[in-house]
Amino acid sequence: MSTVVETRDHDGHHGPAKGFTRWLFTTNHKDIGTLYLWMSFIMLFVGGAMAMVIRAELFQPGLQIVQPEFFNQMTTNHGLIMVFGVIMPAFVGFANWMIPMQIGAPDMALPRLNNLSFWLLPMAFGILVSTLFMPEGGPNFGWTFYAPLSTTYAPSTVNFFIFSVHVMGISSILGSINIITTILNMRAPGMTLMKMPLFVWGWLITAYLLIAVMPVLAGVVTMMLMDINFGTSFFNAAGGGDPVLFQHVFWFFGHPEVYIMILPAFGIVSHIIETFSRKPIFGYSSMVYAMASIAILSFVVWAHHMFTVGMPLAGELFFMYATMLIAIPTGVKVFNWVATMFRGSLTFETPMLFSIGFVTLFTIGGFSGLMLAIVPADFQYHDTYFVVAHFHYVLVPGSLFALMAGAYFWLPKWTGNMYDETLGKLHFWLTFISVNITFFPMHFVGLAGMPRRYPDYALQFADFNAMISVGAFMFGITQLLFLFIVIKTIRGGKKATPEVWEGAGDLGLEWTLSSPPPHHSFTVQPQVK
Amino acid sequence: MSYIKKLITKLVLATSSALSFAIYSAENSDYNMPVGVTEVSQSIFGLHMLIFWVCVVIGVIVFSIMFWSMWKYRKSKGAVAADFDDNFWLEIGWTVAATAVLIWMAVPSTQVMVKAYDDAEGEINILVTGHQWKWHYEYMEDGVSFFSNLSTSQEQIDNKIPKGEFYLLEVDEPLVIPINTRVRFLITGNDVIHSWWVPDFAVKMDAVPGFINTAWTNVPETGIYRGACTELCGIKHAFMPVVVRAVEMEEYDAFIAEKTVLAESERMLTSKEWTKEELMERGESFYATNCVACHQANGKGIPPVFPALEGSEVALNDSAKHIEILMEGIQGSAMQAFGDSYSEVDIASVITYTRQAWSNGKNGDGVIVTPKDIVEYKKRINL
Ligand code: HEC
Ligand code: HEM
Ligand SMILES: [Cu+2]
Ligand SMILES: [Cu+2]
Repeated sequence: MSTVVETRDHDGHHGPAKGFTRWLFTTNHKDIGTLYLWMSFIMLFVGGAMAMVIRAELFQPGLQIVQPEFFNQMTTNHGLIMVFGVIMPAFVGFANWMIPMQIGAPDMALPRLNNLSFWLLPMAFGILVSTLFMPEGGPNFGWTFYAPLSTTYAPSTVNFFIFSVHVMGISSILGSINIITTILNMRAPGMTLMKMPLFVWGWLITAYLLIAVMPVLAGVVTMMLMDINFGTSFFNAAGGGDPVLFQHVFWFFGHPEVYIMILPAFGIVSHIIETFSRKPIFGYSSMVYAMASIAILSFVVWAHHMFTVGMPLAGELFFMYATMLIAIPTGVKVFNWVATMFRGSLTFETPMLFSIGFVTLFTIGGFSGLMLAIVPADFQYHDTYFVVAHFHYVLVPGSLFALMAGAYFWLPKWTGNMYDETLGKLHFWLTFISVNITFFPMHFVGLAGMPRRYPDYALQFADFNAMISVGAFMFGITQLLFLFIVIKTIRGGKKATPEVWEGAGDLGLEWTLSSPPPHHSFTVQPQVK
Repeated sequence: MSYIKKLITKLVLATSSALSFAIYSAENSDYNMPVGVTEVSQSIFGLHMLIFWVCVVIGVIVFSIMFWSMWKYRKSKGAVAADFDDNFWLEIGWTVAATAVLIWMAVPSTQVMVKAYDDAEGEINILVTGHQWKWHYEYMEDGVSFFSNLSTSQEQIDNKIPKGEFYLLEVDEPLVIPINTRVRFLITGNDVIHSWWVPDFAVKMDAVPGFINTAWTNVPETGIYRGACTELCGIKHAFMPVVVRAVEMEEYDAFIAEKTVLAESERMLTSKEWTKEELMERGESFYATNCVACHQANGKGIPPVFPALEGSEVALNDSAKHIEILMEGIQGSAMQAFGDSYSEVDIASVITYTRQAWSNGKNGDGVIVTPKDIVEYKKRINL
């Protein structure tokens, strides 16, 4: 307890600045975490609004609300914003808040760099979103921006898009350097690597993935820039280039990217399941090895996104086998979560509900992933709504559920106030139901043959599409409830104890700090046994 | 333990019978992958169902244990947490089991893959080219070729009139292939990447500019098979369906013969003397199928992406440039070259049409371009 008192005094000398400059100049890990989280929350509603436009147009066959040109801009920007503007920054927000508190450090290792990493992002998204208001319109070539649709045939605003991707990339790389440095250098004495909390492990691996692949993304957009403006022909067949090269480079970034969006989620869910099962996580070391092997394997499966580009047989088979392999460590993680619940003492507060939702629905996404890995079958699935169903199952009830679970789990710690449990549970059930109404039928329309990125479709898909749209609107509106709950919790509520959750005190250093925690989390390093 | 076993068995039985009912009643319907008509499509359907059931079984086992634990070990019932956090053999066991299931899956998948990818010559070879936004088919042996455009009317798309049965799944000229014949498709793209998909053949192959991919099929039943473009290719990606008519060999031969005669008479047309009215009439319909997507029926385009042709300097006063644009396209833009794919008559008539239509005839120099001018142009370029 004496630690806490000391820190409070310390705050008196230089607590947070007041007003806007507090946020602009802040180097404090919690303030920066908060900024990241609010930005991704705002972007969730921006990207969500775009999804609503898409679903409104697809509610019925025929063109009603928007023209195909704008529709394509909506699908593209929805994808880009959700991936780069919501899921990724939200996890960085969690990293900022939680890593120092979980490893017993006062702050991040490189606080000024941390400030820069964040403030680059609003700039990047400001640029990206502003293209929508330019005369030629924003990017319209899909979030995977395949050349030559995104080069020779792109609107000239593609240059803004490229710049924006460069800026996001710099932000991610700087953020990752900071996270790796913090984790490797600032752990409390006694916290060996194999004693690190799983969220910290997840992020350590993620940060290495980011450093490995963000430069590849930067490379591919730079090649586009050259093709568009400086007469090179990387991706232009007429000049001797190769459009398929684009896809290889993009997916060499793209597949690790999808694991970047899920490894921190694995960490969060592991903490929550052990807390509410009142039993330590089952197979801690296999959890760590599973994450590490997923990360390594993720570099050799990229071409499973390209099974129909005409690769040679040996290539198709190699990428099929490699992709199937990745299902093993993923499966091990699911088994471990179930084994953690087995013979525990379970309660079902909102974070636990979201985590159970995560385990069930993420697994369904894993199953469809396994189906997609079977090359011949992928000839039928590829670029249909079946793929859309797959990645939404792993990203929405996967990554996004983990984020929501984590928010409910740590909000009392962050704000010092308990959230409203009844509203939280209501939020969970509405979300859980609407997610399934939205994404489950997508499997069916995909199998029945509806291609993705279509603003209009044949009549046999009409019923399911109407259902999907209704689910989507429900899901969208439900998230306003989440916003309300978060604001309500920040403004007040039952006071949270330092431990917050029964028995959590033994499960992580963050629960030994006061709620809300002091300005500089640990000024005296705790000792880990 | 026997209690657990019984419960699990019951759960497995209940869930799987419910599921199998749902799935079997859905087979061959709008809920599931089409079984298709070819050997390859049927083996792919088999693989799909196999891997699906594998997933169902694993899912039922894992989720039953999970939900049962949630029920049995809930704290409100006074459950006290056990104190174990690993079990070496259990972990090795399920890793090995998962690996075994995957290997077992990989074997038939590999077999089907080898069959689907068999790259031998076809008895008939067809060059399929994806254009923004239509398909071009060329029968390599017979030299016959044509474009296949969406035939659903814009009024249906804009909800002005009721939609037909094959809304967005119909074209003006379907691809015709004979049954019980090995047909090989050589697939490429003209501008951006497209992807040619016929679900009933389980053929989906990307049409990549500058590269030629191959795929094959051997269709045992006559019929009309409908598919789609599955790679995002711009504004009209959803509006370039694939329709294949599989017919008896005799009918196929007749089709090719008819197409050959048609092509010959088309060539004759070039030397004919054309009146302005004849050119206008032909040009208007050519414009309607090939240009309206970008330049719009009223010639006003969608600025700034697609320029207006009404009042354009080129269409008013520069017929030489006008011919060049139609023949060569405009480098680095969506305006493609039409010269290689269409006859002199078509090119001349659409140029004449756009120079006369809307207010252009009144405001411009009124030059009429004839098929002979195009022949001249071609001669000059070849020198
Ligand atoms: C895929 C969309 C597309 C289609 C289809 C298309 N065009 Fe174009 N067209 C364009 C674009 C884009 C430009 C402007 C290119 C530039 O200047 O960079 C253009 C330019 C032109 C120009 C020059 C206009 C000027 O003022 O410079 C003419 C003439 C023209 N098109 C005629 C046609 C005709 C005739 C057809 C039908 C046979 C046609 N286009 C089909 C996209 C298209
Ligand atoms: C068991 C593990 C998984 C396997 C075997 C798997 C397999 C696949 C395959 C084969 C595809 C390509 C399908 C196609 O385009 O035809 C795919 C697409 C995709 N997957 Fe997974 N996947 C797995 C887990 C995940 C996870 C965890 C995520 C993210 C959190 C993810 C996100 C995506 C995304 C975003 C796409 C689509 C990208 C696009 O084309 O826009 N997947 N997956
Ligand atoms: Cu992937
Ligand atoms: Cu397309």
